[in-house]
Amino acid sequence: MNPELQGRVFPPIEPYLVGREKVREFARAVFATNPINHDLDAARAAGYDDVVAPPTFAVVLQEHTLAQLLAEPDAGIDFSRVVHGDQRFVSSRPIVAGDLLTPTLTVSSVKTLGGHSIVTAESAITDASGAHVVTAISALVVRGED
Amino acid sequence: MPGTPAFDGLTVGDIVAEQSFPLTRDSLVRYAGASGDFNAIHYRDDVAHAVGLPGVLAHGMLTMGFAVQPVVDWVGDPGRVVDYGVRFTRPVVVDAKVGAVVSVVAKVGQLDAEARVARIDLTVKVGEETVLGKAQARVSLD
Repeated sequence: MNPELQGRVFPPIEPYLVGREKVREFARAVFATNPINHDLDAARAAGYDDVVAPPTFAVVLQEHTLAQLLAEPDAGIDFSRVVHGDQRFVSSRPIVAGDLLTPTLTVSSVKTLGGHSIVTAESAITDASGAHVVTAISALVVRGED
Repeated sequence: MPGTPAFDGLTVGDIVAEQSFPLTRDSLVRYAGASGDFNAIHYRDDVAHAVGLPGVLAHGMLTMGFAVQPVVDWVGDPGRVVDYGVRFTRPVVVDAKVGAVVSVVAKVGQLDAEARVARIDLTVKVGEETVLGKAQARVSLD
């Protein structure tokens, strides 16, 4: 695990277009039954342009940024030793179908605890206008050699 | 929006929602597809055992994803959840035949009167064992 990763900002990844059926599929997978997640009329009646994604939907984009981190040649992260420690989503507004979202990954900290390393990765997600939508913050525990 | 609870009616300690979620292997496969997390420890017993796990596990992010749904239903709008975080403390083993049942109790943990934001603390368990720690959702209310 390379401690010099701390503070590294990765190039933004390809924008992600949020599909209406993807929102519905994700909502079903997390047992979200609120009509605002599924029904266009209900979402519009609540003031949204389209169906609204569940609070943890940004994990779909975070999957892409974390893949970027694990593929970083000098990161020294062995994927088979990674355990998801903590996860948090801090939102400015919910993700809505039709959003074109761009995540930018920053490694905000690398700490060593005993033989383990804890990497905190923040994926800041902005919309097509550049406005902040949500930041997905993930603490990954990289277990040391046995 | 009709049905949204009023901030002023809340007291710290109030239980605002409770729900149980029965999980099966189907739930895990469905979540794998929806999320893009195809780690085989979430659907293959042989792979789970080979890496020293007691069995196939639910994705931590699946548990995180449904644990907030009772709060979404209580506030009536997923867009009111402005901040949500958890710690993954214990894996949820999902047996191929009997599955697993995860229970969620949502309680008012803190009230920020100035921002009109309520922190809802989630107790998430399988049987008597807590599977998510520090599970807190902040909801914006009127």
